[in-house]
Amino acid sequence: MNAHDWKNIGPLESIPRSGSRRLCLRQAGRPIAVFRTRDDEVFALIDECPHKRGPLSEGIVSGKTVTCPLHNWGIALDSGEAVAPDEGRAGSIPLRVVDGNIHVYLPELAAEAIA
Amino acid sequence: MYINDDPARLPPIAQLVVIGNGMAAMRTVEELLKHEGGKRYRITVFGAEPHVNYNRIMLSSVLAGDKQLDEIVLNPREWYEENGIRLITGDEVTAIDRDARTVTSANGICVPYDRLLIATGSKPLAPRIPGLELPGVCAFRDIADVDKMLAAARTHKHAVVIGGGLLGLEAAWGLRQRGMSVALVHLMPTLERQLDAAAGQLLQRDLDRRGIAFFTEGQTREIAGVDHAERVLLEDGREIPADLVVLAIGIRPRIELAVAAGLEINRGIVVGDDMRTSDPLIFAVGECVEHRGQVFGLVAPIWDQAKVCGARLAGDQAAIFASKALSTSLKITGVDVFSAGALMAADESDEEITLRDESSGVYKKIVLRDGRLVGVVLYGHVVDGQWYLKLMRDKEDVSALRERLVFGKAFAEAESGGAKEVDYEAMPDDTQICGCNGVCKGDIVKAIRTLKLTTLSEVRAHTKASASCGQCTGQVEQILAYAAGVDAKAAKKTVCDCTEADHDEVRAAIRAQQLRSMDAVRTALAWKKPEGCHKCRPALNYYLLCEWPGEYQDDASSRFVNERLHANIQKDGTYSVVPRMWGGLTTPAELHAIADVAEKFHIPTVKVTGGQRIDLLGVKKEDLPAVWSDLGQAGLVSGHAYAKGLRTVKTCVGKEWCRFGTQDSTGLGVKLEKMCWGSWTPHKVKFAVSGCPRNCAEASIKDLGVICIDAGYDLLVGGNGGVDVRVTDLLVRVSTEDEVLQYVGAFMQLYREEAHYMERSAPWIARVGIDYVRRRLVEDAGGREQLCQRFLYSQTFARVDPWHERASGAAAEAFQPLPELAGALA
Repeated sequence: MNAHDWKNIGPLESIPRSGSRRLCLRQAGRPIAVFRTRDDEVFALIDECPHKRGPLSEGIVSGKTVTCPLHNWGIALDSGEAVAPDEGRAGSIPLRVVDGNIHVYLPELAAEAIA
Repeated sequence: MYINDDPARLPPIAQLVVIGNGMAAMRTVEELLKHEGGKRYRITVFGAEPHVNYNRIMLSSVLAGDKQLDEIVLNPREWYEENGIRLITGDEVTAIDRDARTVTSANGICVPYDRLLIATGSKPLAPRIPGLELPGVCAFRDIADVDKMLAAARTHKHAVVIGGGLLGLEAAWGLRQRGMSVALVHLMPTLERQLDAAAGQLLQRDLDRRGIAFFTEGQTREIAGVDHAERVLLEDGREIPADLVVLAIGIRPRIELAVAAGLEINRGIVVGDDMRTSDPLIFAVGECVEHRGQVFGLVAPIWDQAKVCGARLAGDQAAIFASKALSTSLKITGVDVFSAGALMAADESDEEITLRDESSGVYKKIVLRDGRLVGVVLYGHVVDGQWYLKLMRDKEDVSALRERLVFGKAFAEAESGGAKEVDYEAMPDDTQICGCNGVCKGDIVKAIRTLKLTTLSEVRAHTKASASCGQCTGQVEQILAYAAGVDAKAAKKTVCDCTEADHDEVRAAIRAQQLRSMDAVRTALAWKKPEGCHKCRPALNYYLLCEWPGEYQDDASSRFVNERLHANIQKDGTYSVVPRMWGGLTTPAELHAIADVAEKFHIPTVKVTGGQRIDLLGVKKEDLPAVWSDLGQAGLVSGHAYAKGLRTVKTCVGKEWCRFGTQDSTGLGVKLEKMCWGSWTPHKVKFAVSGCPRNCAEASIKDLGVICIDAGYDLLVGGNGGVDVRVTDLLVRVSTEDEVLQYVGAFMQLYREEAHYMERSAPWIARVGIDYVRRRLVEDAGGREQLCQRFLYSQTFARVDPWHERASGAAAEAFQPLPELAGALA
């Protein structure tokens, strides 16, 4: 992984606990959501539900699951997999926390700023 | 003639031909197949209609839109196949040759029989008047009739129903539900021969309020029209416009085939206690038969006939049919009627005891003879119907209960030391629960336990209890809860999978243990997931907010996105914005502000809503605070179109402008909206205020509706215009605006404190009963005042415009995406 491909998106505290925010960066034209659980774990997913592309960043976060606001699909934050019996997967994006700041892995070519 | 029905004496494979594919016919076949002796028959069924066997009783529900056609199918084609039954539909049997033992159909199919079952049912009676042949005139008997009525409702306006019996009333109600203006012509001064005069009047009043025009003492002279029905003319000169005329004056056994075959006939096909006709090889059941001078139109005795007939065909020589006391009820949503036995005292030695509560719309009458109950008429409050019926059938001596009997089961038994709640443990096994299908408590409990049933639909599938008219559904559910006990967790409606507690238990714990945070609730009730889930978190957040106004801090992360962002998410991830328009009133300045905002933020769609407001659709999330700021400068506040809270108060212009208006409905609507806006409730709440009974604001399908009348205000509650359309119940009639405001405050608080989260007022009232709501709000004046005060106190914290807060910078980061900061990491 190229170090330039890790983007610092700011301190953990900028994401609400049991909540999420969308990034101003996209990956291959698709929006990205960063989630923070109640226990301060953070995850990043493509911000599109595998069902009807609902914005997962607007869902309710409980434990390590987010519920899509459009039709209540459950999506596992760590894998992006839909909770059974639903089937599908939201793309998962590598992420790490360094000195309290969140860094997401977005290869330069794929990332673009929101127009 | 002697017939030996010993199975060994019949040919090993005997031919049974069934004429008729209706409810009685197929029930008999089902009963037959339950017996070992039923297996020897090869069965052929002729049905004149092109359909499989369906539940004719439910045609009313199909007409009213409560049910779909496929939901009333009783036996699908697979059932016939699985049971090896040859089904011939759309072909009527035209002759029976008793000598040759064959039947022949219109299409020339000739089938021999060893046993024949006639179940030809009945046909509608037609009055002898001109115009019956006109298009637009139909009966209300089968699917084809319903199709005609539905087609008429789609394209035409005026319907006239002739006949005010059960069927006529249900037809009128169904057509009304389908949006037609409906007139009902009835020969007698009061409705419904199964009711007495007082209950008939109450029924007429209720249906009149629901928009059905009555022409009582109306003798129809003619249906007039050129190429199509246009008018119904009455003997006394009255004329009623009519695009559709439904004849529902009664039914007559369909006996032509039996007459031609030379069977003994009176009014119907005469059968003995063994359901045999005068030809011992030929049986008959259902509406076509006459048994001991009686003909049948209700389903319960016909099921008994089917049982006896099935057993006899299978070789049981002991089965005997005896008709029992019958009850009737009406399938009109929100109108509860029950009657059984004698409708009035026959002579001076009989006693009538009546209870009449005009304003609550409750009427009860019982008729006693020699210390025994012989008749009952219930209106508005019918839950005890089957209990009265059992007292009648068992010919129980009710002298000891005499003074309390009319108040119903709970009261009568509580006073005499019995249990207040229905005690299913103590209830005898032969207590009938489902009157339509003759299913007793014991049958249901046995099926639940041996087959390990856990859902209502399984119980219906296995026992048929509540599968016909559905009125006993609640009782069947309670029996399921009782009988399945700890085995059936599914029977208990827990808040979600995180807990074993149901909504009421959670609320009781919050109150009793003074729990003030979600964590405290989850700990106290041993939640399985420490953080809960997307179902329980919004519920707990609401319950705590409701219980501790001003103390509990709302948790945004437990709110659905719409309530968190104060706008409605759309399918493309944009939002809609609906400013409040108090009582539907607006001003040029507000309209300018809305227009300016729509242009400035390139809002693609601007739409007028059903709730008399303007919806701005397709707003980007980042733009929301700025949009609200601009709207706020013109004085517009959030319309809470996204909230489980008060949405709109729809009004008509009332007496300010309208020549029919009786009160200031617009002004009252504004007052109600100002009082109630911003409140959080279990689910969304919609109000309406109509200035006269023409009800232009559609108050009778709102959670709370006010209909102004000359003398004051009718308060209606529990209506809904959504998937399950429910017409409001009348709560009370009051004379001043102040009373309206107090009742509305109290109603809101009762709903807030006692309904389950995500339960609209309509299912809530359907669950607890309008009587309960009346007791709390109408009969208990002190309680009403306290409820209203609690509501007003809670409102002191709630009447805050969330848009203003956010336009001023609150929760700003929630509307903005995260920026990229330092770029690459070294």
